[in-house]
Amino acid sequence: MSKKSNSKIYWNKLKNWPLLLPVIALILVMAVNIIHDAAIGENPLSFFMISLRNTTTSGTILYGRIIDIINRGSEVAILAIGMTLVVSASAGTDISVGSVMSLCASFMCMMLAGYGVSSTTTLAMPLAIGLLCAVVMGIVCGAFNGTLVAHLKIQPMVATLILYSAARAIGLLLCNDLIVYVRNPSFAYFGAFTGPIPTPIIITAICIIIVSLVLKKTALGMYIQSVGINARASRIAGLNSRLLIFLAYTLCGLFAAIAGIVASSRITSADSNNIGLYLEMDAILSVALGGNSLGGGKFNLAGSIIGAYTIQAITTTLYALGVSTNQAPVFKAIIVILIVVIEAPPFKAFVRKFNASRAAAREV
Amino acid sequence: MENNVVLRARGISMTFPGVKALDNVQLTLRKGEIHALMGENGAGKSTLIKCLTGINDFEAGEIHIDGINGTIKNHSTRDAQNVGISTVYQEVNLCPNLSVAENLFIGREPLTKLHTIDRKSYNSRSQKIMDELGISVDVTQNLENYSLAIQQMVAIARAVDMECKVLILDEPTSSLDDEEVEKLFKLMRKLKEKGVGILFVTHFLEQVYAVCDRITVLRNGTFVGEYPISELPRVKLVAAMMGKYLNDLESIHKENKDFTNAPMEISAKGLSHTGTVKPFDLDIHKGEVVGVAGLLGSGRSELARAIYGADKANTGTLEVDGKPVKINQPIDAMNKGMGMLPDDRKAEGIIADLSVRENIILALQAKRGMFKLLSRAKQEEIADRYIDLVQIKTASRETLIKQLSGGNQQKVILARWLATDPDFLILDEPTRGIDIGTKSEIQKLIIKLAGEGKSVLFISSEIEEMLRTSNRMIIMRDGEKVGELDRELSQEGVMHAIAGGEG
Ligand SMILES: Nc1ncnc2c1ncn2[C@@H]1O[C@H](COP(=O)(O)OP(=O)(O)OP(=O)(O)O)[C@@H](O)[C@H]1O
Ligand SMILES: [Mg+2]
Repeated sequence: MSKKSNSKIYWNKLKNWPLLLPVIALILVMAVNIIHDAAIGENPLSFFMISLRNTTTSGTILYGRIIDIINRGSEVAILAIGMTLVVSASAGTDISVGSVMSLCASFMCMMLAGYGVSSTTTLAMPLAIGLLCAVVMGIVCGAFNGTLVAHLKIQPMVATLILYSAARAIGLLLCNDLIVYVRNPSFAYFGAFTGPIPTPIIITAICIIIVSLVLKKTALGMYIQSVGINARASRIAGLNSRLLIFLAYTLCGLFAAIAGIVASSRITSADSNNIGLYLEMDAILSVALGGNSLGGGKFNLAGSIIGAYTIQAITTTLYALGVSTNQAPVFKAIIVILIVVIEAPPFKAFVRKFNASRAAAREV
Repeated sequence: MENNVVLRARGISMTFPGVKALDNVQLTLRKGEIHALMGENGAGKSTLIKCLTGINDFEAGEIHIDGINGTIKNHSTRDAQNVGISTVYQEVNLCPNLSVAENLFIGREPLTKLHTIDRKSYNSRSQKIMDELGISVDVTQNLENYSLAIQQMVAIARAVDMECKVLILDEPTSSLDDEEVEKLFKLMRKLKEKGVGILFVTHFLEQVYAVCDRITVLRNGTFVGEYPISELPRVKLVAAMMGKYLNDLESIHKENKDFTNAPMEISAKGLSHTGTVKPFDLDIHKGEVVGVAGLLGSGRSELARAIYGADKANTGTLEVDGKPVKINQPIDAMNKGMGMLPDDRKAEGIIADLSVRENIILALQAKRGMFKLLSRAKQEEIADRYIDLVQIKTASRETLIKQLSGGNQQKVILARWLATDPDFLILDEPTRGIDIGTKSEIQKLIIKLAGEGKSVLFISSEIEEMLRTSNRMIIMRDGEKVGELDRELSQEGVMHAIAGGEG
């Protein structure tokens, strides 16, 4: 086989690689960082540098921009797992995850501090019970969304709008309108360090590994995709479409709770109005950026995860470039537009035609 | 272009990733002729049609149309309509949640003076169109309320209603009964007199000989030949399509067995589903093949769906293998050893974006449960076995099912159910869209299943096919089981019973 046709085969394989889009996006963000660093006279590779640092609070820890991105991207990555399943099964999105995060955090902190207490250093009950409360709350919220979508056939966007607007308020109610601080080291652990590694990274890794194992060892992935593609046909073939959609939303709620625990532990408090703010958008964006169709059906978890970290990388890069917090969404919006256009069928058709006509021109 | 030619395509080639679907194919359609396009499943018929109407972007070849200078290149079905080509595609693609009338006029609604949609006029015009076709429907009802056959007629009515020079019909009769087929033929003959050139795809050979003037045969994406109907009798046509002579269907024979003492597989008493099928009793013995005959909308499929739990039965009791069972949804039925191949392949059969392998193992996996995932090696083994057994033509087992030809998709769904090894298999139009070579294979398969002690409920609009395989037939009329025929099954007898004579 000639060398040329060989490279063509690789090119075609690459073109059909499902992770192509998220990986390109990630590489682009890195490139911007490298150029920026070079332009301001720093070591161009400082983006990738990881070092050990001694701190007074946490001892020796890993330090570097990459570490920072992976650490801060934890919440979005965890949310993206649940969102991927929801999008696949129901062709809709769960816009309540950010609010549910906040509600779970509020409930947990209230339980740990005691009702009406605004700040504490000692726990009112064992930490495990507090965590369990958050998880149960997440599952209940997810099950609520799941019931509305799967059994009452309400549009996902509308169904999850209920908790989107109500969950934060319920959280405030539980906390008696206070920001509850739980300044206890065992609680702060989930947002701090395990040895030199930030704990959120470890929690995220565990979530990803468990879900990947479940998808690999059970038929859940195939069931969910099948229901997302054709619920009627799946039912005839013996799948319980309603149960599967319900399950996807419930899992999504569970992951929102875990993300809520991490977010709240980082700031050792339940700041109802700020925890998880706008994160539902980042989670949805991660799924889209990961090359998953928001129209449901086939999904690719790895894509969503890479998508989540790409978004965090974008956010961090924008701040590094000196873009203010208020302006950052503008740039994110531009990136979203680009992605959506690249993924749109007419654009793909255009590229195909363009390639074909170039190929034809070469042949002549 | 010569005088009486209305459409000419030459040298059409088209490649899908991994498949050369068409290779230098030609087609000549004359004014006022009905032209059959024949070939096995996956021969390239639908692909050629989609090239003509602009859905497929072919690489080479040219298309000429009467009255237009130079070659034409359509980019969409709408373009094709503008140059006078009306098409009914193989898979009905109308909007199920719009009314029949809206479906007839979508994209070309009649307007009032104020440029709003003139609902009154289009409802009355739609009703007139459907009445003329002799189809009794309420055009203000949503399309999804009607059977696939009615949907197919609406798709035809929609295409025919437009002024056209060329009418393309890709397997329009696959879910129609004789009566509807006759209505369609009348319509086709009328258009033929008006000078319309009609391209007609079907796997029913007798239909070809009933209406067509000329035949173009494709095999494996290549052009075999174009023949006047008189020069291509049935045997030769089949040989041209398959590339070899076939021992005809007549060689299939079921065992004539007495089932009175055989154990019972299924025993339904007073089963019904409100609005679709009235209470019925039905006993099926082990090893028995029971055919269900009836006109369109007589409740044939609905009877089966009530047993299987696809539409949950409102009344009555069901015994499987002598034990009473409660069936709320299909999986319950599957766990009792049932399987059902539904008639609407697109809506209830295929999982379009999954691979052939996944589509084949889906029901088996559902039956095993979520936690007992079949190993990849096992999945591949099963897929390969059935691809071979029912002769599925696919580039690989990982090809997405939506990329297969219609008939091959049907075979995949059949394979899905065979893979679950059911004791009682409901086959609702299993040979829809399947070429005649494979059709006889499937009929043999049914008889073989029965020989192994399995029971089959066989629904088909082709009475002949059921006669060949069934030990007994039940007759449906207006959602009611009106009779059974078990002795001396004959075409006339069944027809008579269906139509409402004293069976
Ligand atoms: N979208 C697609 N992508 C890839 N391959 C395709 C696609 N559509 C059709 N093919 C392939 O092209 C070939 C011809 O298919 P086509 O649908 O034209 O067959 P057909 O003659 O209409 O068969 P049938 O009688 O089953 O309808 C098949 O091998 C099929 O797998
Ligand atoms: Mg076809």
